[in-house]
Amino acid sequence: MPNEKTITLRVNGGDEEVCVPSHRTLLEALRTSGHMDVKCGCEKGDCGACAVLVDGLAVDSCLTLAWTCEGKKITTVTGLGTTENPHPLQIAFKDLGAAQCGFCTPGMIMAAKCMLDGSPDPSEEDLRMGLAGNLCRCTGYTKIFDAVLEAAAVMREEGESS
Amino acid sequence: MYEAFDLEMPAKLEDALRVLSDGKGGTPLAGGTNLIVDMRAGRERPERIVALGNIGELRGISTGDGRTIIGSMTTVSDLLRAPEIARGAPSLVEAATLFAGQMVRNTATLGGNIACGSPAADLVPPLMSLDAEITLAGASGMRTLPLADFFRGYKQDVREAGELIFNIAWNPLPTESVNTFYKLARRRGDAITVTGLAVTLCVAEGRCARARIALGAVSPTVVRAKRAEAMLEGQVLDAKLIDASAAQAARECSPIDDIRASAEYRQHAVRVLTRRLVSNAWDTLV
Repeated sequence: MPNEKTITLRVNGGDEEVCVPSHRTLLEALRTSGHMDVKCGCEKGDCGACAVLVDGLAVDSCLTLAWTCEGKKITTVTGLGTTENPHPLQIAFKDLGAAQCGFCTPGMIMAAKCMLDGSPDPSEEDLRMGLAGNLCRCTGYTKIFDAVLEAAAVMREEGESS
Repeated sequence: MYEAFDLEMPAKLEDALRVLSDGKGGTPLAGGTNLIVDMRAGRERPERIVALGNIGELRGISTGDGRTIIGSMTTVSDLLRAPEIARGAPSLVEAATLFAGQMVRNTATLGGNIACGSPAADLVPPLMSLDAEITLAGASGMRTLPLADFFRGYKQDVREAGELIFNIAWNPLPTESVNTFYKLARRRGDAITVTGLAVTLCVAEGRCARARIALGAVSPTVVRAKRAEAMLEGQVLDAKLIDASAAQAARECSPIDDIRASAEYRQHAVRVLTRRLVSNAWDTLV
């Protein structure tokens, strides 16, 4: 295919070469490369399940063309923390029961991370607007909001002590 | 999945304009939060896409001489991070705050929101209420026109083939001014607007010196209710006059029924919101 090329994606700190056509989305490229922690939901920018950080900003990977991400830093939820060394958001989501079926959780955490990077001590409005693009059909959001606020407090403390 | 296309990613505006004017066609890609959705749904089938994301000169905000100038590839989130916008254009800040969800705000651009031509494009009523001008770049040069003259009809505008939106600019409002936007939708976040209404009211010597009423999602394009505005200008406002102007604004739109609301409801909303926003603005100023 003429409009296919090999690009380098910098995912979670490692360089990965993928051969993709120009119309392939970042979501498809990531999942084809084995990053199944990035979820495919609505594919039209409504649900946020596919959210990843590109150069530190949360975007819907379903609306992002893979070619346009070459050389940019991509972070998925497994790049945020590991089972052995989880991120405060991951701990809080687990501890406060903010995941039910878990499908929305990766995108929810990435959106929360980006929101907290800009608003470390978020107001109710910051929280609601920050997560407005992420749909959860199980929990009703209350536990998710609680978990994000809990994680925010931990992150502020860690930020202050480091 | 949508069909394959050629993808160009120029780093300079002049390269983008050259590609777009080489006779082979081309669809500009800004944030993609509309275009890629439309492609996936089969509504758009471009054979060649020109992605504008690498063109640094199209992104950024400046406020030299008080005039605010915003590059077309400036994202909705960029607007929210710019305090100079908050001071000079509260209607635009409100529209940007309530715009879709965070990931879309991080990607969607001011130029893209205008170019998509949707009557429900939330950034457009605020910009029209600020008397914004739009500058277009083409292979033969630049031209500037009022944003209110940009749209020709539903999803149609005055751009020639190969022309791109370069920037949007407006002059500061006088000190005694109120500039507001109200988004009526099913939810505050991640919702398409049922009726969007932006109002600018300026007062001088106890009278309404300037009135702007811009209506979103109630006509084939975003429109200004110019006769309703004219009823207010030069006058000392009172409840009766504001209500008459609001009723006129409702007559100046031509909404349709769709899955979000009926035409009748939208027309009613224009009247109620015009009355509310103009009254609040007047009460704040005098």
